[in-house]
Parts: sequence; structure tokens; C-alpha cells
Amino acid sequence: MKILVTVKRVEDYEVKIKVKPDGSGIVTDQMKYVVNPFDEIAVEEALRVRDAAGSGEVVVTTIGVADAQQQLRTALAMGADRGVHVLADGNVDPMMAAKAFKKVIEAEKPDLVILGKQAIDDDQGQVGAMLAELLGWGQGTFASKEDSLESDAEKSKQPALKIANGRCEVVREVDGGLETLSLAMPCIVTTELRLNLPRYASLPGIMKAKKKPLQEMKLAELVPGAEARVKVVKLEPPKERKAGIKVPDVATLFDKLHNEAKVI
Amino acid sequence: MSNVLIIVEQAGGKPKKATLAGITFGQQVAQKSGGQVHFLIIGPGASAAASEVAGYGAAKTYVVEGAAFENYLVEACTPAVVTAAKACNASIVAGAATSTTKDLLPRVAARLDAAMASDVTAVVDAKTFKRPMWAGNVTATVELTSNIKVCSVRVAEFDAPAKGGATTATEKLDIAVDAGAMKAKFVGRKEVKSTRPDATTADIVVSGGRGVKSAEGFKIVEQLADSLGAGIGASRAICDAGWVPNDLQIGQTGKIVAPNLYIALGISGAIQHLAGMKSSKTIVAINKDPEAPIFTVADYGLVGDITVEVPQLIEKIKQSR
Repeated sequence: MKILVTVKRVEDYEVKIKVKPDGSGIVTDQMKYVVNPFDEIAVEEALRVRDAAGSGEVVVTTIGVADAQQQLRTALAMGADRGVHVLADGNVDPMMAAKAFKKVIEAEKPDLVILGKQAIDDDQGQVGAMLAELLGWGQGTFASKEDSLESDAEKSKQPALKIANGRCEVVREVDGGLETLSLAMPCIVTTELRLNLPRYASLPGIMKAKKKPLQEMKLAELVPGAEARVKVVKLEPPKERKAGIKVPDVATLFDKLHNEAKVI
Repeated sequence: MSNVLIIVEQAGGKPKKATLAGITFGQQVAQKSGGQVHFLIIGPGASAAASEVAGYGAAKTYVVEGAAFENYLVEACTPAVVTAAKACNASIVAGAATSTTKDLLPRVAARLDAAMASDVTAVVDAKTFKRPMWAGNVTATVELTSNIKVCSVRVAEFDAPAKGGATTATEKLDIAVDAGAMKAKFVGRKEVKSTRPDATTADIVVSGGRGVKSAEGFKIVEQLADSLGAGIGASRAICDAGWVPNDLQIGQTGKIVAPNLYIALGISGAIQHLAGMKSSKTIVAINKDPEAPIFTVADYGLVGDITVEVPQLIEKIKQSR
């Protein structure tokens, strides 16, 4: 079983993002970067699928600046086997990313590709389905599971994806409930938050990761002439809400809602 | 001139309320571009749903019916959208952001080699849109430079569409679906049955977090909601804990809501959660911790124990009715 997982270098989600005064970007001084949280879940699921199968390989790939190698090393420290770094500077939009990943997949020929459902920087959530279309594969987006993250199945680190007879069964989180699809492999899966709780990289894992193979290639060579067609014109902070008031008791709260805001 | 194709989702012959936001978006784009709006409705019941949206000023409504579309499958619906987009010479294909369009529209975009903007919150012109990034901490203005453009539209940011114009004509499209060639098979669906209104379209939403303490403790959220005829929601923490079903989650990675009144009970107000509800018109927070970040966005905050305060509030509401 060969599984390919995409990871993206993103700003730490615990950091409050600020826009530069001229609106050309965000303030990145002293910024901490992490693996996109949805991609950590994708790596975790891939490791579980590999380990449940008893053999196989997990290849992690990223598109990004030279420093994105740190995020590949994090995934390798979690237990992935090998890395592929597609070097790119500047704006890479989702279609460009999907076209580049398609090239990596054609070379690697994995049985299963797992991506985070969205990256928490641009919040577009498009690459998984675009990639499925470009490859002509089936897609199981928003993969989740029926068991909770505090269940015994989760504690024993069982994969949520059920793989048998060349098909992958995916429980998807959809509006109003859960839906199950059976996908012919190879296929694309994108992860929801509730698919699993990703492991931390252990110290021995971090040491081992330094020696794991990491291949580099250039986006411009994989997808010649590609340019971003989602152009960011400007960034601005969202409209702030006016600070409200604290009320001393339920009677006052009810009075305000009934007579002032007139909402109940 | 830019024609617009809007995907209108339906269930049982009725358009889903959330997807009407897509129609409003289409009207706004058409107004700026001088083009015409077209609708596409897929699945059994599409014709009946078409008559329900016939007064919203579309030039034409395409309907795609048939057993192959009974359960949504992206591989069946992608050719339907692409066929309709070509039939009306659309330069923009869009729909309200739902779990269906988030799965479908990027695939459509790839087939059309189109650039896409997700979760659009405002129309600047026929190729420029505003959308949130970094969990709503940044509003980006983006320009799509591809010939055909694809957008998903954030429901909470667009009001109900205006009625007007002549009754829209309907055209059936025949889409051949080879079920045997499809890579995905539908296995089943587990619906969360609820008699309450859906949080994304409800007028009032009552939502609970860690402060409810347990699955049992969440009943107080339901009781307050039922006293107001409200929808219910939850923080990510208690969905992850398995106290409530996942689909109640409100936040960056769950549902985005903007009701007239949002009541947060025992919710601390992580950035992730605020991203899903801070467009609500009036926000009420009840929380034991006076420093909880939820109070920074609340119009009315009450510091107190929800198990004490909420029953009193329910009593007050019942007395007033």
C-alpha cells in the first residue's frame, strides 16, 4: 500500500493574524509556521492505513518555499517514509497546486492520496476535488468517522478509512449528517477534523526524520508556464464588532433583548 | 457581458433555503456585468423546484432529473453543471457554499480550467470578489483572471433574493450517466433528524460549549432553543468530545451562521468559533468566566452559571408569550 499525503506550511493557528498597513500582505515578523492542521490529520490517517496493511510506504509532498522543508520533516518525524518538495515562490493558486500534485502522483503512482480538506491560510478548500478531476479519480471529501475522538477505536489508532478489494470506504461529513461512499482505488480523500487525533512527533522520530530521503523539484519545471489566476488584489482586516455591554442579571438581559434589540 | 449559472439545490421539489443566497449573488453579478442569470437544479423534484424559483429573474432554468441523480455523486453532477454552463455560455458558475457545492464546484472548475473563489462574501465586479482568509481574520479582495470563473457563496453574507421579471422558462437537459464507469458508489446516509430549524438559516440560534459539562448538560441548550423556536449549534470542543453530533459544529471548520440572534451558552469563544458566528446581528453570551473572549463580540454579556441563569431566562420567555 503506497499512500501519498500533501502537507502545507501555514501560519500557526494560535497566532492572531494582522494585515500590513498597505494591505499587500500579512505581518510575518517572528511568525511561527506549522503543518496545516488538516494535513496533520491526513498524515496520521496515512500512517494508520499503512500500519494496518502491514507494509507499504507513506510519501509526503509539499509545494512551497525552501523553508517548507521543515513541515515535510515534521511529517517524516511523525512516521512518514519519504518526502517530495516542489519548490515554489510567490502566489500558487489551487489549480496550479493541483496540476503540480498531478505530476508528482503520475511519477509516484500511489494507491491512495490524502489531503487536508482546506489549508487554514487561504481557506479555499479546492485542491482535493480539482486533483481528483485532473486524474479522473473518485473523491471522498470531508472524510470523518462515526466514532467520537474519545472512543476506544480512536484510542487504539485504527484507521477510519476501510480498505478492501481495491476499494476505499469513506464516511463523509455532509450538511445534516454522514454519508458513506465506496471509491475504486486509486482515489482522493480529504480530511475533516474529526477523522482522527494526530500523533506528536517523538524525539527518536525527529532524529530519524533527519536522515529520511527528501527529493526536490521545481514547480516551474513540473508545470511550465503556469501562473496564478486567483490574484490577491488587497487584504484588509475584517469589520470589527462594536463592544457590547455586560448585564447584571437575567431580568435585565431579557429586557434588553425584548425592548432594545427587539429580537425575542 | 457575463452570463451567470447558479446551482440551486433542492430537496423533495423545494429549493433549499440556504441556496437562495446563490441566487442573490447571481443577481448582483448580473447587475454589474449586464449579463443574464440562469439556474441549474439537479435531482428528482428539480422541475417542481424550478417553478418555485421562477420569479427570481432568471433567463432560464435548466433541470436535470433521473434516478442517477437521486443520491448526489460528484461524477454524475459535474457533467450536468458543465453542460448547463456551456448551454448558457456562462462566464461565472456559482452556488451557495454547502457541503455539496464544496465537493462539486472545485471539480467543475478543474474541468473548465477555471479559477475559483470559495466562500465569497461580497461582489466587487464581475471578476473581483471579497472572501475571508485565515479564519476570517483577514478579508481578501481577489480577482479571477480565467475566462470562466467559479465561486461558492457564503450563505450568511447574502440576503434573500429579490423577486422580479417574467416567469422563468424551464429547459430539461439530458445527461448520460454511465453508473458502471463511475469511480464512486453511494453506500448510505445517516441523517441527523431534527424538528428544529437548521442553524444556517434559522432566525435565532442557541449554541453550547464546554460550559454545558456533558452530553446530558446540553439539554439546557435545547430547552432554551425550543422556548424560542430556534436552531441549535455547538462548539468544536463538545463535538470532538462526542457530546453532540458533529454536524452541530459552528465555526471556521463547521457551519457559518448569521442569525438575527445568537445565544452562546458556556462557549469561551475561540477564534475558530468566532469565525463561524460573528456576523450574527445580535450576540448574547452567558459564561462563568468574565474574561472569556466571547464577551468581546457579545452585544449583551451575562457573567454567570448557565445552569442557574438559563432556566430563569426560559421562564421569562414563557411568561412573555
